[in-house]
Formats: sequence, C-alpha cells, structure tokens
Amino acid sequence: MKHRQNLLLLIAVILLVALPLWLVPKPAADAEGKTADLFTGADDKARDLIGTIDPHYQPWFAPLLEPASNEISSLLFALQAALGAGFIGYYLGVSVTREKAARTAAANAKAETPSGAKRVSAAAAPADEVPIADARATGEPAARAD
Amino acid sequence: MHIMEGFLPVEHALGWALASAPFVAAGIVSIRRTIRARPELRMLLGVAAAFTFVLSALKLPSVTGSCSHPTGTGLGAILFGPAAMAPIGAVVLLFQALLLAHGGLTTLGANLFSMAIVGPFAAAGVFRLTKGLGAPFALSIFLAASLADLATYVVTSLQLAWAFPDPVGGMAASFAKFAGIFAVTQVPLAISEGLLTVLIFNALARFNPQELRELRVTGQAESQA
Repeated sequence: MKHRQNLLLLIAVILLVALPLWLVPKPAADAEGKTADLFTGADDKARDLIGTIDPHYQPWFAPLLEPASNEISSLLFALQAALGAGFIGYYLGVSVTREKAARTAAANAKAETPSGAKRVSAAAAPADEVPIADARATGEPAARAD
Repeated sequence: MHIMEGFLPVEHALGWALASAPFVAAGIVSIRRTIRARPELRMLLGVAAAFTFVLSALKLPSVTGSCSHPTGTGLGAILFGPAAMAPIGAVVLLFQALLLAHGGLTTLGANLFSMAIVGPFAAAGVFRLTKGLGAPFALSIFLAASLADLATYVVTSLQLAWAFPDPVGGMAASFAKFAGIFAVTQVPLAISEGLLTVLIFNALARFNPQELRELRVTGQAESQA
C-alpha cells in the first residue's frame, strides 16, 4: 500500500512540474514579432519590478564571481543537485541494507535460541558485518590459488 | 526567493543580517548538542542538508509562466527542530551566492531570514499543530513542508515591499506586486515540496524507524506503519 502511495506521490510531482509547460499560454508577439521569454526566473522578475518601482535604485554590490555562461551556471546547479541526491541515495541504500541485515539476524537468532530475539536490536550493527567477513574468509584461499 | 546581490538598500541588508545572526548561532549550538548526544544521527543531519541542496537547485516551471525553486527546509526542521536549519540554510545560500551569483552576500541575511529561519519555524509549528489536532502523519508532514515553502516566499515579498514601497500605493501595493511574482508562482512548487517531503519521510519511517523515534518525530504507531 505504501508503495502505491509513493508512486502516486511521484506522479503528482511530475504532473505539477510538467503541466505548467502545456497550460501556460505562449505570450503574444509584440509589434516587432518578438515574444517575451517564458519560464524565466522569478528572481529576475522581482529585479525588473524593483526597476519599475524605483527606477533610480542602483545595486550597490556586484557578485564576486558570476558563472561565465548559462552552461556553466547549469553545470553548477546540476552539481549542487547531484551532490545532494547522491548523499540521500547513499543514506537510503545503507539504511535498506542495515534493515535487511537486522531482519536476517533476527530470523537467525530466533531459529538458534528462543531468547536471542530480545537482543536483536542491539546486535543489529555488528550482525551486518558477518556476511562480509564470511565472504572474505572464503575468498582468501581462492586468491592464493592464483 | 533569492534577493539578488546588491538589491537591498544598505540599512535593510545590515538589519536582516543582524536579525539572522543569532538564529545561525543558536542553530550551531543546537546541532552540536544533537550530535554530541546522538552521534549516530550525524548522517541523518546530512540527509536534511542534502535535501535542501537538491530542492533549492531545482528551478521548476510554474503556472505563472516563470520559474522558481522549492526550499527543502521542512524535512530538517521537522527532524532536528527549526533552529538547526539556519546554519544548514546558510551553507546552501553561501554556495549559491559565491559560486552561482544566485542571491548574494549583501542579501544573505535577508535570504537566510526567509528561507532558513521563517520557513523552518513555520514547518515545525504547522507540524506540531496538525499532529496535535490529530491529523494523519503524512498530512502533517505535507502541510508543514508546503506551508514552510510558501511562508518563505511571502517573507521575501514582504522584505522587498518594505525596501521598495510603491510610490503611489505604499508598502501594501508593493507587497501585492512582489507576492504576485513570488508567492503565486510558488503555490504549485510548494505542493510539490510537500509531496516530496512525504515521500522521503515514508522511506525514513520504513528504514529508519529507530532514528525517527529518537528524534520524537513519530510515536510508536507511525514508525511501525
């Protein structure tokens, strides 16, 4: 049920992002046949509005570094998103594995000793290292054989 | 929502910086305390920061025909309390101000106040209120995250209206104009942010119920769902 809820949430987000691209009408061309840009940044619109409210206002400080072009700026924005998404993905991956290991450990403990189930939450962290140690132990002779 | 570099008069820029500074300091203290008490939560704190990083990098189209971005501060505010988001927001805003010329150093205080202070406090407040009223967990998360997002942009509009009152209609008319750009554009994005925050909370509740219980975000019932 949770899976379906997550899927619906994702679809809703995609629709919310994609629909404006269709729904917003293209601005009519002006006398010179030029159309106003669509989907520019709200920040730029606010700057233009400052210009109309107070035409004499002069910004008193300029950015120290400005991306050399739109491409560079999209590179940096993509980098920012990738760093964040990468970290979230890593964390969720670790969590999934840890949860799975804890569940296997719980099942094993239950099978071995009836009282073992109680210790499961405390044993969860060391327990997930066991399969790795096993793999290393079995892998070693094979490496030596080479 | 980022007010551009140099686009706030000096006294406003200074005022907002002074207003934001204590929150950032309190946030650093709060984060230190959390980490010292529960070092295992360090990674989850990273997730809260990463979520803000991702969402504030995504400029999404909106029904008004312009683009804006969510803030992603709701997640961390609900997990770690609103104060923790001020320093995290400062890192994100500094990154964008220094490397992307998005926002700015002179407007950092004002942008911090809207995105990393008012937004998170709104999120935490709405979350506590709706949970107290007995709303389902997912609905509380959704409302908290999306209203925090919206609150951020309303504050930005107020900041600009205060700095640039309309010559005829004064601050109110100016606020209506700026809100028309920021807040209205933000409505569908705020909904998106709310939905995405529910999505990540679903994952956390499924795989990290222990952490959520430790942070007292969920009671026994929700984390087992």
